[in-house]
Amino acid sequence: MTDQPTTHIQLSSSVVAEAKRLRNTRYALLAPGILTIFCIGIMPLSIVLVYSFLEPGDFGGISWVLSFDAYVQLLFEEDIFDETLSFTTDYIQIFLRSVSLALFTTIACLLVGFPTAYFIATQPPARRNAWLFLITIPFWTNLLIRTYAMLLILRDQGVINLSLIEIGLIDSPIPMLYTDFAVCLGLVYAYLPFMVLPIFASLEKLDFRLVEASYDLYATRFKVLKRIIVPLAKPGIAAGCILVMIPSLGAFITPALLGGGKSLMLGNLIELQFGQARNWPFGSAIALVLMVLVMLSLISYLRFGAKKGTPAHG
Amino acid sequence: MASTATTTTRKLGKAIDLKYQPGFSQIAWFCIAVLYAPIAVLVFFSFNENRSVTVWTQFSLDWYVKAWNNEGIQHAALISLEVALVAMIASTIMATMAALVTTRTASYRGLNSAIAVINQPLMVPEIVTAVATLIFFAIIKQVTGVSGIGYLIAAHTAFCIPFAYMPIRARLEDMNLSLEQAAADLYAPPFKVFRRVTLPLMMPGILAGAMLAFIVSLDDVIITLFVAGPGETTLPLYILGQIRRGVTPEINAVSTVFVGISVILVTFIFLFGKNKK
Amino acid sequence: MSQQPATAAIDIRETSKIYGKDRASGVVALDDVSLVIEDNEFFTLLGPSGCGKTTLLRLIAGFEQPTHGEILLFGEHLEGLPPYKRPVNTVFQHYALFPHMTVAENISFGLEMLDKPATEISSVVKEVLGLVQMNHLADRKTDQLSGGQQQRVALARALAPKPKVLLLDEPLSALDFKLRKEMQVELKRLQNETGITFIFVTHDQEEALTMSDRVAVMRDGLILQVGNPSEIYDRPARRFVADFIGDINILKGSIVSRDGSLATVQLDAGHQGEAGLPMNAESLGQEVSVAIRPEQLSFVADAAKANLSGTIEHISYFGSGFDYAILMPSGEKVMLQIQNRGGENLAYQLGDQVHIAISDNSMQILAD
Repeated sequence: MTDQPTTHIQLSSSVVAEAKRLRNTRYALLAPGILTIFCIGIMPLSIVLVYSFLEPGDFGGISWVLSFDAYVQLLFEEDIFDETLSFTTDYIQIFLRSVSLALFTTIACLLVGFPTAYFIATQPPARRNAWLFLITIPFWTNLLIRTYAMLLILRDQGVINLSLIEIGLIDSPIPMLYTDFAVCLGLVYAYLPFMVLPIFASLEKLDFRLVEASYDLYATRFKVLKRIIVPLAKPGIAAGCILVMIPSLGAFITPALLGGGKSLMLGNLIELQFGQARNWPFGSAIALVLMVLVMLSLISYLRFGAKKGTPAHG
Repeated sequence: MASTATTTTRKLGKAIDLKYQPGFSQIAWFCIAVLYAPIAVLVFFSFNENRSVTVWTQFSLDWYVKAWNNEGIQHAALISLEVALVAMIASTIMATMAALVTTRTASYRGLNSAIAVINQPLMVPEIVTAVATLIFFAIIKQVTGVSGIGYLIAAHTAFCIPFAYMPIRARLEDMNLSLEQAAADLYAPPFKVFRRVTLPLMMPGILAGAMLAFIVSLDDVIITLFVAGPGETTLPLYILGQIRRGVTPEINAVSTVFVGISVILVTFIFLFGKNKK
Repeated sequence: MSQQPATAAIDIRETSKIYGKDRASGVVALDDVSLVIEDNEFFTLLGPSGCGKTTLLRLIAGFEQPTHGEILLFGEHLEGLPPYKRPVNTVFQHYALFPHMTVAENISFGLEMLDKPATEISSVVKEVLGLVQMNHLADRKTDQLSGGQQQRVALARALAPKPKVLLLDEPLSALDFKLRKEMQVELKRLQNETGITFIFVTHDQEEALTMSDRVAVMRDGLILQVGNPSEIYDRPARRFVADFIGDINILKGSIVSRDGSLATVQLDAGHQGEAGLPMNAESLGQEVSVAIRPEQLSFVADAAKANLSGTIEHISYFGSGFDYAILMPSGEKVMLQIQNRGGENLAYQLGDQVHIAISDNSMQILAD
């Protein structure tokens, strides 16, 4: 090697060749997976964006005419006779329902899910695995089937109503289905495991010597929970919340089965546009609104969940 | 739940047990009860002789037999299996390749973007993906004139990849690079290192990933609803259609089978997952 | 400089390893290092963690490539070659045994990769198992073995392909004290029997002195001194080397006169006598540091025979002997070691005034 008083490093050619080979192998192995997801998952989203600015076609689909109708339709209704626009809250209601149901669901899941996750994390290993197993099964059971099971329970001839009539508490069935309540219940039921498992993952790594130290320093159980355990479990809590929030915002099956036509969420509205209503641009516009909501949630997750300082893990 | 003897000891123990939080165990049991009650009802009444979901007459496997012989269900089951198997194999292979180059490596340009792309299907609500995929395939069908079940399989493969990726990546991260270095030190060229050392040790992760991909594909409703063409009705779609028309006991039977499949697969995943510990 | 570079087992020429974009902003793990290791040598790289010894080993093995410089194996260039093309094998610090293979399968792995015929493989495996005394465990899975047994398998696996050089990366650090002592003897015996050049990495200076033919003391990516154990111990060239290996006294003095590799030095503490000079003696000024090993000092009753004197400030008892710290009028302290011989030591108590003699040929002038 020649004497090189350079500050920049120059490697021998064989070393460079080896590095290049490694890089090529790397990209070759990544390509199929990345391309598949990109072509089927990511790129079509931009087509949705484009479609939202077009007009609906005569027989479904779209026609290539630029138009903002789809977005206008979100807030305004056009009178078919005199073509005047009047403000309508129809879609705003659905929008608000989606957001509030998603929020309620997330909070409810958190209130039930956190104690559950904590309890499981503090069990001895054998019991802990049994509990995990039990929580994991609904997690991987078909959502449609679980919602159907909930349907069986909530409907007028369902288990709850008929049992209450049997006991004599009520005379005729309480209509529980096709209400916001039923949808919320269904969502909580559907996504509860999504909250429990990430929080459990966080709590499992918790160093309980920290808890010991705080008891030593005169903290009460509640204070320890509030000041030590919950903050340290923040990553898991944030992850659980986002894993419940996103599917809840875009829920389709649960409101379809449990909400009927009366408790529509954004997901149902979108499906309608691609089905009966044959208004693809409008459906695309709604899908984009949904994506914006999801983005906002993700951003607040990254801000809130990632803002953690250095966690004191054992 | 506990006898009085153990209750007293437990109360004393609770005073000292630093992990105890009041009410948490009750909430946990409540949670499990809530999660399983509807499923339990479903399973229970699938064995009920009469059609009712509330009045038990006697044990019967009639509905299972009826479901088994139902042509609609048979066809849907076959379609579901076909799609799930192909999607499982394709997505697991791609996920394995991707995991190999995104794990246990120093950071390189594009690494974080690659991981973000791989996880993207998890970040977007299914309905949006369904719509986007529908539109995209509609364009392609118009342009090429080609149709067929390939589209559905492709859509399934795409969203199965991140699910297969997760356990494979987890397993890889647990493996020490020094093993592969030792193999290279002992004259094994890169492909032989992979075949003789990396792959055998990765197997539990790959199998877990494959099973996850299989379940996810089998269970999918929304994307399938939008993308499936005529004659491509999967089992979940069939069930959805039946539910919309009214509750039938055959559906209870099919649903119970689904639950059974999930239980079996989760058991396997647990066994393979435990292995590495 | 080596007289016959072609026969040297390993020849490292001006080799550096830098992580990062350039020297200024990056991490310099190895700084322009040159070293020659002979055939059939038990050579040790010794130094604290971060000194670059493991980096150097990995460069020879091929797990890293040098940023600058050349590495030759019996005259053949190694740079650019991947590990599987180098006839060099490694014993890893945590053994890196293949958990899904048996002991025998682990050992035969290298030979399989070299496409050796099956008959040769089985006979070599048997031979090597005998060498490390593990015949009875050939079909065990490796995770069922104890630490010491795993170590032997790792050794056997690396020896089976009959490499030209064997690299050992702190292989004994995970073993308990007694096992480590046994393995030190084992390794020395193996090296003698096989005649393969062993390059051994450790931070344990006692280990280095016991086992090696030659030692290279490293620090911060540089080689400070290379020599056989007694050269390193009795004639340390640098302060760091003197300090790192065993206990040392370092006293101030000035050079009175020079004569070849020796000099007459006047210690500030009073004594004047002969001392060894380090290699680059030209750059030395008149004021120097002088190193003396504690065991070269002894108590004398007769003041006339004394070279130094002082007061006992501190006594430590460590079972097999005593350490005495003595404060001298010059303000410096020296340490003395005496074996435990019963009543003899009672003569020396805290606060006693004592006289000390320095053995001949035991003073060494340090280069820094």
